[in-house]
Amino acid sequence: MTSISRSFGDNRVLDEVSFDVRPGRMTGFLGANGSGKTTMMRIILGVLAPHGGTVSWNGSPVSAEQRPMFGYMPEERGLYPKMKVAEQITWLGRLHGLDRVTAKGNTDRLLAELELTERAGAKLESLSLGNQQRVQIAAALVHDPAVLILDEPFSGLDPIAVEIVLDVLRKRASGGVPVLFSSHQLAVVEQLCDDVVIISKGVIAASGSREELRAEHGTSRFELVVSADAGWVRDLPGVRIVELDGPRAVFEVSSPDGEQAVLADALGRGAVRAFSPVVPTLDEIFKEVI
Amino acid sequence: MSRASFASATWLVAEREMNVLVRTKGFWISFLVTIVGLFALVVLPTVFGGDKPVVAAVGSAASAVEGKDLEVRTVPDLAAAEALVRSDEVEAAVVPDTTGESDIGVRVVALNDPPDDVISALVAAPPVDLLDPSAVNSGVRQVVILVFALFFLLFGMGGAAIAQSTVTEKQTRIVEILVSTVPIRALLAGKILGHVLLTMGQVVVLALAAPIALRLGDQGELLAVVAPALGWFVPFLCLGFVLLAAMWAVAGALVSRQEDLGSTMGLAMLLVMGPYFGVQFFSDNAVVMTVLSYVPFSAAVAMPVRMFTGDAAVWEALLSMGLLAVTVVAIVLGASRVYSGSLLQTSGKVGLAKAWRHAD
Repeated sequence: MTSISRSFGDNRVLDEVSFDVRPGRMTGFLGANGSGKTTMMRIILGVLAPHGGTVSWNGSPVSAEQRPMFGYMPEERGLYPKMKVAEQITWLGRLHGLDRVTAKGNTDRLLAELELTERAGAKLESLSLGNQQRVQIAAALVHDPAVLILDEPFSGLDPIAVEIVLDVLRKRASGGVPVLFSSHQLAVVEQLCDDVVIISKGVIAASGSREELRAEHGTSRFELVVSADAGWVRDLPGVRIVELDGPRAVFEVSSPDGEQAVLADALGRGAVRAFSPVVPTLDEIFKEVI
Repeated sequence: MSRASFASATWLVAEREMNVLVRTKGFWISFLVTIVGLFALVVLPTVFGGDKPVVAAVGSAASAVEGKDLEVRTVPDLAAAEALVRSDEVEAAVVPDTTGESDIGVRVVALNDPPDDVISALVAAPPVDLLDPSAVNSGVRQVVILVFALFFLLFGMGGAAIAQSTVTEKQTRIVEILVSTVPIRALLAGKILGHVLLTMGQVVVLALAAPIALRLGDQGELLAVVAPALGWFVPFLCLGFVLLAAMWAVAGALVSRQEDLGSTMGLAMLLVMGPYFGVQFFSDNAVVMTVLSYVPFSAAVAMPVRMFTGDAAVWEALLSMGLLAVTVVAIVLGASRVYSGSLLQTSGKVGLAKAWRHAD
């Protein structure tokens, strides 16, 4: 994605947005409501035209011929309510260019993977919302897409369904398919994604691998647990106490490797039960950058 | 894996539309009703129409009704005759005229309206010489016009299924997946194709059933006259239907919810009802019928009717069909632009002008 811009009327929803989705990796796309996530995804899929910038794949701009190789799960779910589940998935597969036999085979395999086989002949509208959601995932995957774009794939799923869907998606990603999904459930993203893109008010606030982001946004903050009272840490030079509770201290150091001096000091005073950098959660990074 | 070609995408969409529609009960019910209606229209008049009018005759009036095409019940006096008329057991009473006003010496007593069939049976009709006899008598012509116009109306209404299916796609938002997969024009083309094929199938079945119905109705001689008109009616109806189908699709694309459909269907509805009533009301007015047979929307009914009554030459029909075809192309192109522009606007109703501008 290079310098993508899009406005609705005078409202600039995306402003020169650029980021990469790498093959074989799950990329989490985070942002508050109205930050431009869905608009961005629609542009990637060609549902909306960008007012500037290009969407490229394998080094060249995505053509109309390539788009059907993408798998898309829109935020606002919808399939034909009165069509039977298997029939509908097969039809969508054929619409994406599969022949009838392949589409049928893929449908059966996917429904089995998503534990929906016994509902294959039911009309979509007769399924529970959670199951409809799984059918929606199947609809996005039936043509073995080369790229997966999923808008809030986990909303509305119970924890078991989340696991099932996660498995299915991980399998695709490890097969080399780039997966971009948006979510507001930060815990899920944290557990699942390799890369993170955070968008805020139409601009990219942060992006990179999960570890890079943590390192970038991690403060030089450490946690120390000793056997006795840790109050002495307070008196060390170049150290600022964040939290102090009996044997446990959380502190920040002002110089590089300043924490090593603290550790040496602690070992000199007695047993050290724990010593570790405090890694920021995605939640904290998210709050920090937007 | 490669992208489905425009043609195969169109066909897939058409196939789905047909599959879904033929599985609804409503489709079969309306189809059956149409067939039953066709048979009823042709067969029933011969079943019920054949009876002679029943009259009561008093005294010397009996001789006046003798040998006429009437079923006579002789009653003793005027009071008894009037009683039978009032109780609706007879259509009229024929009584001796005492005033001398009547040439044939009888008066006719009826309840509300002058009983034309009784009167014409009593009076010897003068011989008629036609200078330019019409190929079809006016009663038959009325029936045929009614049948043609009714089919047009029925199928025009059937086109509402296109609007329904478009709105369903917008309302359920599956349209986002569809649009990201196939060209919007293929979506529109597929919808029109699917419904045209279904409608054409129905027209063919009805066109085949019509001769059978006519034979059953003992109107074999009418068959010879209707057959060529049916031949004209089928292609005109199909073209007319494509025209309406494109309008319906746009009507569906302009709204986001099933409930709002009524507000955009008005124009399409008018274009279906207009020709129907126009041809019904002005079937005797040669000038209006000529105009109607060239105006694209009403041409689909008016031109086959004119061919049927022998008022139009073959070149006129071909010209009108050409005009219709050109209009179809223009409207379908315009519709596909509006359709593209409004399909992804999923909030409320989209104005026609806005949809037109929005196509990018």
